[in-house]
Amino acid sequence: MSKSNFTRRGLLKTGTVVTGAGLALPTIFTSRASAYTNEPTGDTVTFGFNVPQSGPYADEGADELRAFELAVEHLNGEGDGGMMSTFSSKALDGTGILGKKVAYVTGDTQTKSDVARASAQSMIQKDGAVMISGGSSSGVAVAVQGLCQEAGVIFMAALTHSNDTTGKDKKANGFRHFFNAYMSGQALAPVLGKAYGTDRQAYHLTADYTWGWTQQASIAAATEALGWKTVNNVLTPLAETDFSSYIAPVLNSGADVLVLNHYGANMVNSLTQAVQFGLRDKMVNGKQFEIVVPLYSELMAKGAGANIKGVYGSMNWNWKLEDAGTKAFVQSFGTKYGFPPSNAAQTCYAQTMLYADAVARAGSFEPCAVVAALEGFDFDGLGNGPTSYRAADHQCFKDVLVMKGKDEPTDEFDTLDIVEITPRAQVEYEPDNPMFAGGDLGQCNNGA
Amino acid sequence: MDALILQFLNGLDKGSAYALIALGLTLIFGTLGVVNFAHGALFMIGAFCAVTLSKIFALSHTTIDPEKLDFLGNPAKIQSPYLVEWFGPNVGAAMIDWAVPLAILFAIPVMIAIGFIMERGLIKHFYKRPHADQILVTFGLAIVLQEVIKYFYGANPIPTPAPEMFRGSIDFGVLIGFDPNAIIYPAWRLVYFLFSCLIIAAVFAFLQFTTFGMVVRAGMADRETVGILGIDIDKRFTIMFGIAAAVAGLAGVMYTPINSPNYHMGMDFLVLSFVVVVVGGMGSLPGAVLSGFLLGIVQSFASMNEVKSLLPGIDQIIIYLIAIIVILTRPRGLMGRKGVMEE
Repeated sequence: MSKSNFTRRGLLKTGTVVTGAGLALPTIFTSRASAYTNEPTGDTVTFGFNVPQSGPYADEGADELRAFELAVEHLNGEGDGGMMSTFSSKALDGTGILGKKVAYVTGDTQTKSDVARASAQSMIQKDGAVMISGGSSSGVAVAVQGLCQEAGVIFMAALTHSNDTTGKDKKANGFRHFFNAYMSGQALAPVLGKAYGTDRQAYHLTADYTWGWTQQASIAAATEALGWKTVNNVLTPLAETDFSSYIAPVLNSGADVLVLNHYGANMVNSLTQAVQFGLRDKMVNGKQFEIVVPLYSELMAKGAGANIKGVYGSMNWNWKLEDAGTKAFVQSFGTKYGFPPSNAAQTCYAQTMLYADAVARAGSFEPCAVVAALEGFDFDGLGNGPTSYRAADHQCFKDVLVMKGKDEPTDEFDTLDIVEITPRAQVEYEPDNPMFAGGDLGQCNNGA
Repeated sequence: MDALILQFLNGLDKGSAYALIALGLTLIFGTLGVVNFAHGALFMIGAFCAVTLSKIFALSHTTIDPEKLDFLGNPAKIQSPYLVEWFGPNVGAAMIDWAVPLAILFAIPVMIAIGFIMERGLIKHFYKRPHADQILVTFGLAIVLQEVIKYFYGANPIPTPAPEMFRGSIDFGVLIGFDPNAIIYPAWRLVYFLFSCLIIAAVFAFLQFTTFGMVVRAGMADRETVGILGIDIDKRFTIMFGIAAAVAGLAGVMYTPINSPNYHMGMDFLVLSFVVVVVGGMGSLPGAVLSGFLLGIVQSFASMNEVKSLLPGIDQIIIYLIAIIVILTRPRGLMGRKGVMEE
């Protein structure tokens, strides 16, 4: 009598194992067959847009996402094409990239490095993103840039202003279009000197993370070179919302300038509270007390309302610029969303276009080919005038804007005036500048 | 000296918010015996009552002004608030300007209703459950309320300014005999402190000098005996839950000009408020108020540069440090009653 070894339970177990192996095998073979991580094989290519959709920088994140969506539309031939028509490189034609339509996935960084890394990791591993962009915090940008380097995908940094992003934490797979803290200091200091004189006592309140530290060091160095003295620098937690305890000591410190190295909701709260404490009405050392915000954004200016009037700061770009690229972008963005884009939006749009263009010129999505196409790339027509991606540190060099809060706004968007377009030469520095020292770009990584 | 007074004022201001939230928490714990982790969310909802009323007051209709151009070069859209049209430029504009104080009237019924619904709809089912279950369910409720607010109002802070006349600062030093400009303090922060004193006094007066308050106090001391006397103490405790929600809500309403409200603001205060309650003594209303102001003042002094240069980072941990010391030396808190949370 023969006895069969097949039972229903055994069959199910065997089936599960075989099915599991079957599902796993193609992944293994695909990854071995690919020349690089997430090589697009279908008729689409996926980008990952990793921005803060909650937390202190959520305003910037929302505007970044709008710009990314607009850039994808234009790359796929929808809408009016925006800055594609003014971009000096003509490799893109509105039919996607290398014949593939652009798709995208989004993530919420919550302005937390660990959350941002997990979100980027998911976009790379699950969604097959070939390029990651975004970040409204340098802490996040540095963390995600490191992850992209390890994973073998390109990171096109968006709103990150810390010197470290293209300084000690620079990576071969990472590129930054936005300006940095050193550039802000170099652009802002001469204007501050002219407006407020060279004999000033500055008190700094600084967000306690990589951006705040380098912003403070940069603006302090630039203003001290003018003759200003730094009375104190107080670090404030990023999650702080009530700055009254930090502002009260300023009143009796002998300082006649308060430098707020804060950004986003931090800056809105600290500036509003500084004004509520009467700092701007105060006379100290025989001089009018002044407040300086080294890094501005339109969204912060809107949030701070009338408190921003007459306050100096710097920006990467502003919608009031008169060049053809800016006009095309503002038209396109304004028509779609009903308000002008922020400088965070402009850098996101530009980074998406620059990546797409580099792929088109390289003829491949392979990260190392894209890196080669971007290194030393000179371009114009994306709103900032003639711009270069320096090969040594993957930092863009271009003019910087010095801004001032408008005294008499004509409408809700008319919050800031461009005081000066600081020429690129004034903000350039050598790659081995001490504020950027200590990092190694390393080799590009194709992953896979 | 002026720096010390300034930090003292700051401490009173911080303490006002802590005391108001902790007072509500203690009212709920003392009457219903529930550890309410959704209390921070009630503070946040109160703040959003002010935001909502500001938005309602600012409702406008749009007209096209062919003389003006917008940023795209098209004829500009001009917003005209209905209130200004209905009540004229003086009254209408004043109502918009005073939206935050007026929101007190709006928030009281809304918060009492929310408190009533919360207690009858959810929390009453957890009276006989362990405190851990109560914490879990109220914390879950707080997250749900947060997400609801985030859905309707977005994640970003919404500027909600004080009336024009309170937006500046006042020379507080002159009032107490100092030189002019020695102690400048924001006007609205002083308003907030005075408002919180008023609310605290009103709650104590209500409990002390009304029959309703007397019954509630009796119920807090011995619920069973009051029940045996034929008094429906549960009904009164439900009303107290509504009052506690209103106290938290009013604290939130008046806090909006100090910090632009966002959906997360309740959580920022929640943990600190529990520390305040524990330091003050579980179930003790005077303890909650005393501890709120005390911890606010200590935290403010710890933020002084002179202190931080001696003990870096002390401003971030001082409240928890004090909580540890108080719990070690007086396990029931500063004014805690025997038998509360001890069985």
